[in-house]
Amino acid sequence: MTKHEEKKRSNIEDVNRSIYDIKDKVEYSFKADTGLTEEIIREISSQKEEPEWMLEKRLAALKIYDKLDVPPWMPDISDLDMSHIDTYVRPRTDMKGSWEELPENIRDTFDRLGIPEAEKTSLAGVGAQYDSEVVYHNVHEALAKQGVIYVDFETAVKQYEDLVRPVFGTLIPPSYHKFAALHYAAWSGGSFVYVPKGVEVSMPLQSYFRLNAPGAGQFEHTLIIVDEGASCHFIEGCSAPKYNVANLHAGAVELFVRKGANLRYSTIENWSKNMYNLNTKRSLVEEDGSMTWVSGSFGSHVSCLYPDTVLKGDRSKAEFTGITFAGKGQYLDTGSKIECLGKETTATVHSKSLSKGGGTAIYRGVVHIGPKAQGAKVSISCESLMLDNESRSDTIPDIIIENDNIDLGHEAKIGRIPDENIYYLMTRGLSEEDAKAMLVRGFAEPISKELPLEYAVEMNKLIDLEFEGSIG
Amino acid sequence: MSELLKIENLHVSVGDKELLHGINLTVEKGKVHVIMGVNGAGKSTLMHAIMGNPAYKITKGRILFEGQDITELSVDKRAKLGIFLSFQSPVAVAGITMENFIRTTKTTVSGQQQKVFAFKKLLKERMNNLSMDASYAERYLNDGFSGGERKKSEILQLRLLEPKLALLDETDSGLDVDAVRIVSKNISEYHNENNSILLITHLNQILQLIKPDVVHILIDGQIVREGGAELADEVEQNGFDAYRLAVKGDGNDEA
Repeated sequence: MTKHEEKKRSNIEDVNRSIYDIKDKVEYSFKADTGLTEEIIREISSQKEEPEWMLEKRLAALKIYDKLDVPPWMPDISDLDMSHIDTYVRPRTDMKGSWEELPENIRDTFDRLGIPEAEKTSLAGVGAQYDSEVVYHNVHEALAKQGVIYVDFETAVKQYEDLVRPVFGTLIPPSYHKFAALHYAAWSGGSFVYVPKGVEVSMPLQSYFRLNAPGAGQFEHTLIIVDEGASCHFIEGCSAPKYNVANLHAGAVELFVRKGANLRYSTIENWSKNMYNLNTKRSLVEEDGSMTWVSGSFGSHVSCLYPDTVLKGDRSKAEFTGITFAGKGQYLDTGSKIECLGKETTATVHSKSLSKGGGTAIYRGVVHIGPKAQGAKVSISCESLMLDNESRSDTIPDIIIENDNIDLGHEAKIGRIPDENIYYLMTRGLSEEDAKAMLVRGFAEPISKELPLEYAVEMNKLIDLEFEGSIG
Repeated sequence: MSELLKIENLHVSVGDKELLHGINLTVEKGKVHVIMGVNGAGKSTLMHAIMGNPAYKITKGRILFEGQDITELSVDKRAKLGIFLSFQSPVAVAGITMENFIRTTKTTVSGQQQKVFAFKKLLKERMNNLSMDASYAERYLNDGFSGGERKKSEILQLRLLEPKLALLDETDSGLDVDAVRIVSKNISEYHNENNSILLITHLNQILQLIKPDVVHILIDGQIVREGGAELADEVEQNGFDAYRLAVKGDGNDEA
């Protein structure tokens, strides 16, 4: 167990965010007007020198955005004023192929986040997004030789139109909800991954998103196609320095898992506590394919995140493992959606949440078993732990079943740390705060062991810090 | 001989109900004390009061440990002074392996960082002494353990933490004859002239293996008799009724 070597500090935000909260001097080569108008969208598009079909998509999405209302069930986002959010901020650098070529302040930022080291040691490729443009991209040569494509999304639109255009916006259409429409109108940056038939990418591909400019929105698009019999692990990590102006993140992630393919998609979101994280993720799984989500939500002011898996092919599988930690001032509405369409599809959902200091953690889950999904098996378990009396936790399941031949289990537990467990650990010499931290780590352990190592370590640190100086 | 634990006129309540009505008890270094009594007499209450469980309120009297008044001390600080409680029903803690847990607590109690490999070796040896399968070290603490395995896990912790005072709350209950023998042997191996044991039991088997120096009989929240090892035999033959009569009519409603 780690001992706290750092000096005791009582405020979690002060400590944990220290490396993220260093702001760089903001320098832009181009900055769009605040708010969202057709003019801005056209400007974004022409800056990117993108093909006409993409501009048309953007403008169509903008019309939908203007028409749609904010979904009525969403948490309160009235503090978010779109007319004051910059939709496009481009750092003063073009995309670079090597670390040393990046401007110093941007390189420093990524150095602080530990990205190049991680890349060198364990990652097959890194795409790091600094504000809206991907400034650095690299895939190991060996992978490139196997035909694996890992590029920023702008490049993908131009160079791989044949792969991108037929599927872009088909899984998450702009009409999905208001923020999906916003995304398609204003998208910028993101990653495109294509793994050809039968290729197994053994090392994880990682992207790291980061927002730096005050009031900047981030609308990155991630599109992954894992072709028949191929497999891949993609890690997405998000962080943003803290600013007083409300920040918005409305990304979209479209994942295509073809016949017999495997995709594992791990996400850690540790956005600063003023971020509105309204992200949409959806995966389409063909016959015998398998989709695994690992999701950790720690940051942001308000989050709405429900990765959706469409089990279209027979015998396709989904597994979702997620943890949400809502602290002071946070409203994290997370969950998952499973749609069983094919025969003998199976899905397992494990969700855990922690709430503390008046934070709210909601699990919102949808299961839809269609009329043709004979023999579908779905098992859901969600456990919530409230660490004090001010915090809130809820489970909102929505289950639609359209055939008789299915097997569905749903288990939800909401509770507190039992006093007798704290007492037991204290009889072994642990202080009350150490005992609580240990019990919370234990609660989170089944999830944290699924996370990439550096994130598991970060999560445990976060839990320890949450308890340090919190008692007495 | 020096006094390790001294309890003076201890009154303990849970909620509005007083469960202990003025306990006096002294445990000297190197001695084995046994507390006997019917169910509900207050034996476990006394253990928890010594350990400092906040659910048990001390309304009068005090507890001294090595001469220091610990009546107001928190549970973890008492543990660090060298008091250990083996629970009658130990809780399970999911997500923390037994090995990591004991290493962490050993570090905390001893104030010394435990070297991973040296500790692993010692743990294995101690588990072997208790006939525990080595695989239990990697399992979550007490999670999915049987009642008997949990009791062994308590004694394993006792052996590794090496406290000055071991409070053993019905460590032998729920164990089969062989397990009682193994556990008793381990308790005997732990015991030396520098530490003391305060043991609650209903059974005589363990007392054949761990010879008590002093036996206390606790009835309705009061200690009604004290004696040597022979007192345990007397109880075994006559039961508690004789002692119960001795306190009847003194105004408490526990009988």
